[in-house]
Amino acid sequence: MGYDKFNVLKSTAVPLPIENVDTDQIIPARFLKATERIGFGDNLFRDWRYHEDNSKKDEFVLNNKKYSGKILVGGKNFGSGSSREHAAWAIYDYGFRCVISSFFADIFKNNCLNIGVLPVQVSSGFLEKIFEVVFENPNSILIVDLKQQIVRVDGSSLIESFEINSYKKNNLLNGYDDIDYLLNIKDKIQEFSNKNPL
Amino acid sequence: MGKTLFDKVWDAHVVKKINDGPDILFIDRHLVHEVTSPVAFLGLKNRNIKVLYPEKTFATADHNTPTRNQHLPVKDILSSKQLKALEKNAKYHGISYWGLGHENNGIVHVIGPEHGITLPGVTIVCGDSHTSTHGAFGAIAFGIGTSEVEMVLSTQCIMQPKPKKMRITINGKLNRAVTPKDVALFIISKLSTSGATGYFVEYSGEVFSEMSMEGRMTVCNLSIEMGARGGMIAPDEKTFDYVKGREFAPKKDDWNKALKLWSKLSTDEDAVFDKEISFDGSKIEPMITYGTNPGMGISINSGIPTCDQHDGSKKTFLKSLDYMNYTQGERIIGKNIDFVFLGSCTNGRIEDFRAFTNIVKGKKKNPNVTAWLVPGSHKVEKAIKEEGLLAILNDSGFELREPGCSACLAMNEDKIPQGKYAVSTSNRNFEGRQGPGSRTLLASPIVAAAAAITGKITDPRKLTV
Ligand code: SF4
Repeated sequence: MGYDKFNVLKSTAVPLPIENVDTDQIIPARFLKATERIGFGDNLFRDWRYHEDNSKKDEFVLNNKKYSGKILVGGKNFGSGSSREHAAWAIYDYGFRCVISSFFADIFKNNCLNIGVLPVQVSSGFLEKIFEVVFENPNSILIVDLKQQIVRVDGSSLIESFEINSYKKNNLLNGYDDIDYLLNIKDKIQEFSNKNPL
Repeated sequence: MGKTLFDKVWDAHVVKKINDGPDILFIDRHLVHEVTSPVAFLGLKNRNIKVLYPEKTFATADHNTPTRNQHLPVKDILSSKQLKALEKNAKYHGISYWGLGHENNGIVHVIGPEHGITLPGVTIVCGDSHTSTHGAFGAIAFGIGTSEVEMVLSTQCIMQPKPKKMRITINGKLNRAVTPKDVALFIISKLSTSGATGYFVEYSGEVFSEMSMEGRMTVCNLSIEMGARGGMIAPDEKTFDYVKGREFAPKKDDWNKALKLWSKLSTDEDAVFDKEISFDGSKIEPMITYGTNPGMGISINSGIPTCDQHDGSKKTFLKSLDYMNYTQGERIIGKNIDFVFLGSCTNGRIEDFRAFTNIVKGKKKNPNVTAWLVPGSHKVEKAIKEEGLLAILNDSGFELREPGCSACLAMNEDKIPQGKYAVSTSNRNFEGRQGPGSRTLLASPIVAAAAAITGKITDPRKLTV
């Protein structure tokens, strides 16, 4: 599935300073029954966001009007657990385009990249500073520049670079799709398969 | 420089390398289930293409299926829709489908090995993180997301940067009542849930070579819980014996050819790993988790760590204890429990049912405990009956349910109620994993069996004397 190109994202951020946020928290299994990719944002962080009777849990950050934006800032080891891409879909569908953390679980990171959500891994010191800035002033603007591979806080000297392989970077900048790439080398794949029958 | 087992299998599957990008890896076996596939099939429809190699693709229904009355239509409308979608997609693309009620049906990671779909030296993917299970055979097996499912369906390839390599060596003799599950929970408690992120793990040493294939599957299954993409164990005679004669395993001449190839699948002596870790197997005790991630495990007779002993965020640690309603420093033994779940792709194989039955034999289930015993597949279910385990279990007050993932992820109606404690042989103790508000303690089948008898967290060694 195609996605929007990613270039420079300027946005306020939503802070979630919890470590090991797992995919079952991001989207509980009971909401994985859909056969289409629609409506997952409503159930993002469902059990942290809502009481059993579906009333909002006021203390949870997504229910706090002070915080909004297209960037989610999470604690270390974000996205651990299951391979469900629904977790990345829920984040995207809710309106986030970037997740910043000091460490990501592997599959979650891949899933994000595959649907056009940019996972930005920063040092734990820088992450702490972002949390401080956002808590102090929820209107602080973060700037994520994919081309330059930097993230900074607008109007301050806080800046850090991040890693991404050039293939994926190019894909995100141009909205290219991996499957199109592979379909273009189908002959090569079939040749490989014929040589290695299993 | 020599190659690791992982290198050998990986390098043999690279179709193309992309500069400063991922490798394009050919996939020999693609396992598909109902939950992570519908959107992938929709993708194929939008591209107007068909599955490239349907004969390399195997579909089953497991995540979202009831474990009672499987002969009746599925009541939950959404679940039923998902199952029908897979059936329809499988049929349209010519993929073999072992749906509900099919004699080969079961949890995807249990049926792969059972039918010889899982073989040494192959690459296997599935839209489920515990695909790492198949590494027990010396295969490279890992979980993928739905976009990648679409990729493999349409091109039989996956794009992955080659992970780093870690070797975990455990020598020594395991103590009584220490099972493969305990070994895995022990490793995760040492490494944390992110300690192996970015790595592919090879397990080596006496403890693993002594282990049964079922045990190796349990260990490899849990690799993902330390953040690793997968884990693998070099195939040996035990592996070959297990595979031989199974439905999809090579036969006759092909078998001999395969054996020749497979016997080369081990790490060369001069191969180098990015990281090496070793433990003494004799130091491992029966394990149990007390918190809300699989890294929060302790030996059953020790105390829950205090905030100071815990590295990592104190806030997250206390949040986790608060969820479990436990206090730092207190002992876990003797705590009351409400539910016991025996099953999942971690511990839902015949060996697990044998171990459980062995403990409960001649005793009665505690009346305060609700026990869900869910075989990993119909084959396991059949063996439980044929080996006479069912009769023993029934005498002790246990019932057997029908196969599926069940309370491992609680997508169907098998949900642990709010606030209740479950000793579970599955793989994740995340908040709400087994149902909203449920509290999960991960343990081996025998620790689960001891808890089912006493209604408390009990050292199984105390129970059997
Ligand atoms: S038993 Fe649990 S972990 Fe295994 S495949 Fe099913 S849901 Fe996934």
